Amino acid sequence: MKLAFQLAYRNLMGAGLRTWLNVGVLSFAYVLIILLNGILDGWNEQARTDTIAWEFGQGQLRYDEYDPYDPFTILDGHAVLPAEKRDGLTPVLLRQGTIYPEGRMLSTLIKGIDANQTIITIPTAKLKESDAALPVVIGKRMAESANLKEGDEVLMRWRDKHGTYDAAKVTVAAVFDGNVSTVDNGQMWMDIEKLREITQLEQSATYYIASTDVPVKAEGWTYFSQDELLQDLTDMIEMKKYSSSIMYGMLLLIALLAIFDTQVLSIFRRQREIGTYISLGMTRWKVVTLFTFEGTMYSILATIVGSIYGIPLFIYLANTGMGMPELSQDMGVAIAERIYPVYSVGLIFSTVLLVVVSATIVSFLPARKIAKMNPVDALKGKMQ
Amino acid sequence: MKKTALFTIIGLIAMSFMLPTGPSASQIIQKVDDNMSSDTRITESQMIIHGRRNSRTITSIGYSRGKYDNFTEYLAPEREKGTKMLKLKDYLWIYSPSSDRTIQLSGHMLRQSVMGSDLSYEDMMEDRKLLDIYNAEIEGEEEVDGKKVWRLALTAKVDDATYHSRKLWVEQERFVPLKEDLFAKSGQLLKRTVMSDIKKVDGKWYPHKMNYKDMLKDGQGTDFVVTKMQINVPIADEVFNKSNLKK
Repeated sequence: MKLAFQLAYRNLMGAGLRTWLNVGVLSFAYVLIILLNGILDGWNEQARTDTIAWEFGQGQLRYDEYDPYDPFTILDGHAVLPAEKRDGLTPVLLRQGTIYPEGRMLSTLIKGIDANQTIITIPTAKLKESDAALPVVIGKRMAESANLKEGDEVLMRWRDKHGTYDAAKVTVAAVFDGNVSTVDNGQMWMDIEKLREITQLEQSATYYIASTDVPVKAEGWTYFSQDELLQDLTDMIEMKKYSSSIMYGMLLLIALLAIFDTQVLSIFRRQREIGTYISLGMTRWKVVTLFTFEGTMYSILATIVGSIYGIPLFIYLANTGMGMPELSQDMGVAIAERIYPVYSVGLIFSTVLLVVVSATIVSFLPARKIAKMNPVDALKGKMQ
Repeated sequence: MKKTALFTIIGLIAMSFMLPTGPSASQIIQKVDDNMSSDTRITESQMIIHGRRNSRTITSIGYSRGKYDNFTEYLAPEREKGTKMLKLKDYLWIYSPSSDRTIQLSGHMLRQSVMGSDLSYEDMMEDRKLLDIYNAEIEGEEEVDGKKVWRLALTAKVDDATYHSRKLWVEQERFVPLKEDLFAKSGQLLKRTVMSDIKKVDGKWYPHKMNYKDMLKDGQGTDFVVTKMQINVPIADEVFNKSNLKK
């Protein structure tokens, strides 16, 4: 084994630029795989933490008639939950409304929430502190689209439970800055008691946010655990991982193709050397192993080279993060202004393993030919 | 002295009966209803939707029977041509030629705007009589466009009225509404309709131009211009049939 290593090392160094080109491309594939996966893992971790903090809490109890993917269910998707079931739950009531900032018409989702709640990060305490008749808190995206700022008043129109129109001015008590656009875009948060009063929907709620992960059972209502609520996000990031794997998979393929090519060429050019090894008593399979090991050495060298320039890059990005474009933050998922990549031990080991194993396989494939070589012809340098 | 006072009181009461008195608010609304409604009606019209930058005109022909049945076919522009709408009592279907599909509008969908105008499907669907929904009273008399009008205040007497109150300006001579304001529960003015170009069609006075305006947003609202109207003409039953949508 030691001999194989020494021979392989000497041969690779002897190949000069060819070796370093292969190692360079392979190390770039390494760094890219770890970086892309690190970014996605970092996004996943940040999005999960933020979504739990701003939207989901420890779970949600939803009224069965309400479907968050169907806005037409908002109208009738509310009910009164028996009082004995409400312990540790924060009620949220959804109603549709329209605001008229600067003479424009803007559809809005009015979200009534207990102003005393502390389960999610929405600054509902500001609703209590405000002296306005109808205070609301809005997110920065909503503030931007409606051109509103703290202290501004805007006319809002809504309907009560009978469908009769009502309208009044609401005052922006606070503008919050969060990464979760699903609690921000086109939404206004107000005290649930005020919303119930103006819509005549006493005691009603569309869903409840749980403060503990203990499932709540109530007829007509369904409890969704944190994992179930985060499933969409998990699925989306998984899908992103698959799509980005196509990119680095192609890069890896190019690197492996280069190794394969190099192997084919060296077996063709080093037939006399192969013949000599066999004549000196090496079995054919030992020679195959020697050549395969040479190929594997590319990946080991690439690991070392990749570490030299990759580790400082990874550390730098983990500390400073990567800026995300403004537009992406308005998508339906939680994306922070900066994403900090997370590199897990599993990710690094699996990437090293993937590259080493694939390099070994592509090195072995052309080396198999050695097993069928005639040593006399090989010594003569005859084409086989 | 006592006799003189008694004669004076009796005399005043008698005089008050002899003075000409106007119709009550309910009578005015009833007369407006009589004037504006007919057994059947065929209307060719243009809906001019004024946007922020430009306006677009949608031409249509509408058939109505009584208060509940209505069929409309859009004739222009090319994009809307062939779109048909059938309303039978509380149901509303829309046929779109581009998808060759008929959909029934219900619930929240009825609150959407009609072709981007200031009118909602729900506004079009309302076919209950005003007196069934509102208590009416005469607030006063004034002049609108040089015509003497009554200003009526209508306040909802049922829970499910879309607008809590309305104000209606009715021309005294022809019993035609010239203006209507619709208010929210808080008293906020929400919508205004201004009627003009009053013409007589088969003995009934009817406004041929209406402007609907959402008062909370900027803009000129939506004009509805009647280009041709026939009333009390026979309309085949098939017109008000769902199968007519796909024809």
